[in-house]
Amino acid sequence: MRGLFAAVMLMGIFSFLGASWMLLLDAPDVAFTEASVGAGISTILALATLALTTRKAKVPVRRPALPLLIVAVTGAALVYGTLDMPHFGDPEAPASNYPHPSYVERTEHDIHVPNVVTAVLASYRGYDTLGETVVIFTAGIAVLALLRGSRKRQPTGGGGEDAG
Amino acid sequence: MTDHTILRVVSKLLLPYVLLFALYVQFHGDYGPGGGFQAGVIFAAGFVLYGLIFGLTAVRRVAPARMVELVIATGVLVYAGTGVVAMLMGGNFLDYDALNPAHPSTGQHYGILVVELGVGMTVAAVMIAIYSTFAGRGRA
Repeated sequence: MRGLFAAVMLMGIFSFLGASWMLLLDAPDVAFTEASVGAGISTILALATLALTTRKAKVPVRRPALPLLIVAVTGAALVYGTLDMPHFGDPEAPASNYPHPSYVERTEHDIHVPNVVTAVLASYRGYDTLGETVVIFTAGIAVLALLRGSRKRQPTGGGGEDAG
Repeated sequence: MTDHTILRVVSKLLLPYVLLFALYVQFHGDYGPGGGFQAGVIFAAGFVLYGLIFGLTAVRRVAPARMVELVIATGVLVYAGTGVVAMLMGGNFLDYDALNPAHPSTGQHYGILVVELGVGMTVAAVMIAIYSTFAGRGRA
């Protein structure tokens, strides 16, 4: 498929299906993120990129035999890996045991917040979320530096140097 | 897209609700699904919609680039600052119990609310900044 517009649309649809799937698995917080970031903003940014570049992919000069082999082998390895995973909804699965169930039990007493996901994200794992916020901050600054650096700075009137 | 009357009218009708929904997701995150990350993206989506229909200059008028950059940094500072305040009040870094020693769970409430606000500010501002830099590149 050489039409990049269709590729972006398919990516958005895939992302939205992923969000629906997360919702079916009772993970509304994740579904929410996937729908807004994956299906929403990412699609918009990809479309903006298309508007800046081109809507047709270039015809590859080499034959894709080796990449196809690598993709097939990696895919087979991943599928093989899933064979070892616990069954869906298994109460003995590490995912059900390792983040100790006491988080769910203690949240009510410690934090009085019904949404355990928020409690874990913002309080029990506050350091991690601070790190995530810094990652987003860094990514934003990097994109601004990259995209703005290549263009000549145009003089804008009035923009005072009010912050470092 | 300035001559699409239907798009202009419908998007103007939708915009307040998009932003309101973002604020709901932001401040209701401890009770329902959602939180700072999702709210920030939805808030930014409102600006993106505005930019798509009314042009980038209109967005820059509402959210000047300088202000957006300021909000990016302020969000992280709000988050980290909450931790520092907790330290000053005698707890550990990001230990919200210290924010209200008499009622630790109330302190947790305050902490989560403020911290999520910081996340939301940074995420929304980064998304708006990235979008407007992307969209502004073609015409510079």
